[in-house]
Amino acid sequence: MIEKTLKGKPAYWVWLAFLGMLMAIGAACYIRQYNFGLGMTGMSRDVSWGLYISQFTFLVGVAAGGVMLVLPYYIHNYKEFGRITILGEFLAIGAIVMCLMFIMADLGQPMRALNVVLYPSPRSMLFYDAIVLNGYLFLNILCGWVILTAEKKQVKPPKWIYFFVYLSIPFAVSIHTVTAMLYCGLPGRHFWLSAIIAPRFLASAFAAGPALIIIACLVLKRVAGFDAGRKAMNKLVTIIIYAAMLNMFFVGLEFFVGYYSNIPGHKYALEYLFFGLEHHGQVYNNLVPFMWAFVILAFGAIAVLATPAAKKNDFVLGLGCVALFIAFWLDKGIGFVIAGFIPSPLHEITEYVPTVNELGITVGIWATGFLVVTLLYKIAIGVEHEIEG
Amino acid sequence: MDKARRTFLKIAGASVVAGMAAPAVMKLTATPALASSEGHAAPAAHAPVGGGHAEETPTVMRLGMVIDTRKLNAKEGLIDEAIAACIAAHNIPQFPDKKSEIKWIWKAPFENVFTDHSVRLGSKKITDNDFPVLCNHCDEPPCCKACPTQATFKVEATGIVAMDFHRCIGCRFCMAACPYGARSFNWQDPRPYVKSYNPDFPTRMKGVVEKCNFCGERLALGQEPACVEACKGTGAITFGDLNDPKSEIRAVLDKDFTIQRRPTTGTNPSVFYIV
Repeated sequence: MIEKTLKGKPAYWVWLAFLGMLMAIGAACYIRQYNFGLGMTGMSRDVSWGLYISQFTFLVGVAAGGVMLVLPYYIHNYKEFGRITILGEFLAIGAIVMCLMFIMADLGQPMRALNVVLYPSPRSMLFYDAIVLNGYLFLNILCGWVILTAEKKQVKPPKWIYFFVYLSIPFAVSIHTVTAMLYCGLPGRHFWLSAIIAPRFLASAFAAGPALIIIACLVLKRVAGFDAGRKAMNKLVTIIIYAAMLNMFFVGLEFFVGYYSNIPGHKYALEYLFFGLEHHGQVYNNLVPFMWAFVILAFGAIAVLATPAAKKNDFVLGLGCVALFIAFWLDKGIGFVIAGFIPSPLHEITEYVPTVNELGITVGIWATGFLVVTLLYKIAIGVEHEIEG
Repeated sequence: MDKARRTFLKIAGASVVAGMAAPAVMKLTATPALASSEGHAAPAAHAPVGGGHAEETPTVMRLGMVIDTRKLNAKEGLIDEAIAACIAAHNIPQFPDKKSEIKWIWKAPFENVFTDHSVRLGSKKITDNDFPVLCNHCDEPPCCKACPTQATFKVEATGIVAMDFHRCIGCRFCMAACPYGARSFNWQDPRPYVKSYNPDFPTRMKGVVEKCNFCGERLALGQEPACVEACKGTGAITFGDLNDPKSEIRAVLDKDFTIQRRPTTGTNPSVFYIV
């Protein structure tokens, strides 16, 4: 089936070349970082995680979001998702590849990464994160490939594969739960030390992941003649709206706990994110525009997706999904991780601004993920066209 | 092995006679666990200290420190001498910018060190004095729990939270986990920024985390920690075994009211402060 990636229209090749160029830039930036050290980034002693770990956190959610297709299709036998479930599985593969690359980019000593395997440490949440992420990657490759192969041969998938399909559902939940536990188990960081983090992560994942799948479907409809079907997409919209509203509700609960209890530690990070934190006469508010953009885009997207126009009009639907995806990226892919370091344990405030080199690596990794997803989608749609044509 | 054992017995006997007067350092080095061979370390039993636990008879040491900030601030420049001694002993690089800085022990105002305490209407002692900050060598260290490779770990025989610079992958999970901001990361090659090189302690490479090690390497040679030695004679820093009721440090703890940093995090620090 891999041969399907080798034939395509000029636009396909231009797209791949574009991604390849971004990847080359990312690789060049990474070589610079590898040689000099992580000092090439904007991270510091006080803000010791930055864009890499926040992208990782967000993308774990995108990967987990694929389960919103797998679960209705395989558990509830919702046939409309039949054509696009494979897209969810392949998106998860691309997302996890990006996650692993972001982790590698963030390591000070990447050549020692295997120490995680050589000295397994079951008390560390990273140990479990490595297990579930790699497990989920493996499950999606296995299930996606076996089911697509069966489809190509126009036979029923082998029965044994369903064991792994069902297994992938709790795995999807676990990857984002364990990723939340990286944060919410740390005693010294008030913003992260909240039991709502895992549910919030899952809610935003179940909105952002399917939103990206709808965007992909709309693109594929235009460029590849692949129609996911309105009914399937409208069902996804319903899922997205509920999940997005849950996420906003959970964010609101954080505000209630912080501001009603009036415990300073619970308020600092929220204050910093949304209003600017005043400290020794100076106001620190780098992220305020991003966070209000998140709020406006999120509610705007929910409103747009809830209109009847979104049910019929591709443009409206696409607009809503893009807005929602960006909103939740701002929330989890920028705000959540960085604000956890504000203020530092010694109540100092250091603001974080990524460097150009860091952005280059980040863009390069995103491009790699898009390349993986593009190639996998090319295969999936090539098979669809083959059996239809 | 036999020799270490003999020394231990000899000094242990001597300290029974000398009682509390026996210097803490002699007792420390007398313990086989701190000699170079680790074969005969005492059994690693958990020994909860304070925190409302009933006192058990601990079988292992728990090294700790009482910092008398009154005495430390009484002598001009004493804190800086202690910090300088640490920098010289451990090849700690001195970066010009705050972004890359590496600190094992440093000084900060009261409000930054004791973030759980109010400084409102505080006395001059609180607003004017400097307070040294270092790794607390917690009884329940969150950093060790977070580390995915056990590159940072608690030495059960002494309670020291130690680092293996060669195993650390530089994920900085420990830095996020530490409630005390005690850990630093080598954002770049630190060697060009080491001012005076001490060949007895390794320099680090880029991409690994480091922090105060309670001078484990000096204790093994029978020396006091560098900062303690720098304050010798002033009584500003008392170092010793918190689990030994007869130790000098316990006598100091008995006498004065002490506080720990962020006790609400449940880490049970081994560094105590007299304000």
